[in-house]
Amino acid sequence: MDAITDNLDLFVSGYWTSLKICLIALVGSLVLGTIIAACRVSPVAPLRWIGATWVNMIRNAPLTVLLFFFAFGLPEIGVLGSYWVFGVSALIIYTSAFVCEALRAGINSVSSGQAEAARAIGLPFGATLREVILPQAFRTSIPPLGSVLIAMFKNSAVLGAFGVGGDLFSVSDTLTSARGYAATPVLLGVAVGYLLITLPAGALLALLERKTAILR
Amino acid sequence: MRSKTLIALLAAGTIALAGCGGTTPTESTTEPMTSDAASEPMASTDTPTFEAGTTMAKLADAGKMKVGTKFDQPGFGLKGLSGGPEGFDVEVAKIIAGAMGITADNIEWVETPSKVREEVIEQGKVDMVVATYTINDKRKERITFAGPYYVAGQQLMVAADDDSIIGPESLKEQKDKKVCSVTGSTPAENIKEYLASDSQLVLFDVYDKCADALRTGQVQAVTTDNVILLGFVSESDGKFKLVGEQFTEEPYGIGITKGDVAFCEFINTTLKDNEDAYNKAWDSTAGAVEGASPAKLPAAEPCS
Repeated sequence: MDAITDNLDLFVSGYWTSLKICLIALVGSLVLGTIIAACRVSPVAPLRWIGATWVNMIRNAPLTVLLFFFAFGLPEIGVLGSYWVFGVSALIIYTSAFVCEALRAGINSVSSGQAEAARAIGLPFGATLREVILPQAFRTSIPPLGSVLIAMFKNSAVLGAFGVGGDLFSVSDTLTSARGYAATPVLLGVAVGYLLITLPAGALLALLERKTAILR
Repeated sequence: MRSKTLIALLAAGTIALAGCGGTTPTESTTEPMTSDAASEPMASTDTPTFEAGTTMAKLADAGKMKVGTKFDQPGFGLKGLSGGPEGFDVEVAKIIAGAMGITADNIEWVETPSKVREEVIEQGKVDMVVATYTINDKRKERITFAGPYYVAGQQLMVAADDDSIIGPESLKEQKDKKVCSVTGSTPAENIKEYLASDSQLVLFDVYDKCADALRTGQVQAVTTDNVILLGFVSESDGKFKLVGEQFTEEPYGIGITKGDVAFCEFINTTLKDNEDAYNKAWDSTAGAVEGASPAKLPAAEPCS
């Protein structure tokens, strides 16, 4: 356990870096995912096509391929930028497709009578979605959304291999390879670090689920 | 890979420092040996004779020997589709073999990647290993090192048209410059003290990606041992170059069977007596790459 106690500062800084990546990607993917979901259920056909294409392309590509495209493909065509921005963008885009589908499942669960009633009182599409459908959809979407987001937290470990330094998982590389610590205790420390992100997140989601539960 | 060996590097550094500071004791141990060996016919004489029972006598009698080297290290030991390996390590081995009257044609080259080097020596599969082989205490427990015959060190590689970086110090002054290395490697740890902030360091899993990032302009420098960088420079078609001094020291030795002091001393003397050939070997191989510093035969360590 020396490996962890001796390098606690390294683990803590890795934890914060990972948490920062996760929080930014969380907000980003929720916003982007909601927009794409809105496209997929919109009455405008071209928007539906864009949404469907987006989901089918992004969801069916491995995250590493997306990261490769950002970290090595974009510079190849002259788009230079920080690997941090590239990595987090790729994570947001990747997760947005899953967020979109989780939300769409929620939207589909809202009975069509709700949308018809909203239209009947004269609400336009945007307001129908914003005021009537989405608040109900989010509730139903919380459990699948939670799984998607927790998966995203863990996916953030992959960013370390694409030039995004200092995250929790690359801490293990530094300690085992360069400083010669045994792998098992170091990886245990890393695992605990990720648990410290995902377990509170899971608890928060459970709380959210209880608070928003529909009384039927 | 080498990345596993911070401790080893520290040890190697200590040895190198000891080697620098202790010139006098080193010479006092090698001098008597030199005069002994000088009585023997040296390189390029037709029929060298050696004391019976020594490794040299055995090899000279056989007229052939087996040498372990790398087949994938540009500038040091690189083997193409046909012919033998080429590079500085190969030339050094030829000098030593030549001193025993063995011609280049009679050397059998055995590929020895980093992790098998101690094993092939212990098992007697080769007579010596010349394969970018860093001398360190851990390895000395299993084999004996002759040399060092070259001191490698960490350097910076930049784009050929970039004049803003002239050494690791430039990175501290120019905070917008990014430098790339491999995750968890010793060079990555070493470079940190030259950086103004950790965000200047970009890490990938292999050096190929670093070279790619340098080519596209995502990073402005790549750092690791000059030997690896020279390989990239030579393959880059003039797009990359090395800049600045080496800022770490990794002495390369020639691995032989543990305890073969006579052979070790013979190798050291041979290299010392053939400095011209040594310099020529460097200039025609790894030294031919732009930015490579001229080779200087380091003072040999005492054999043990």
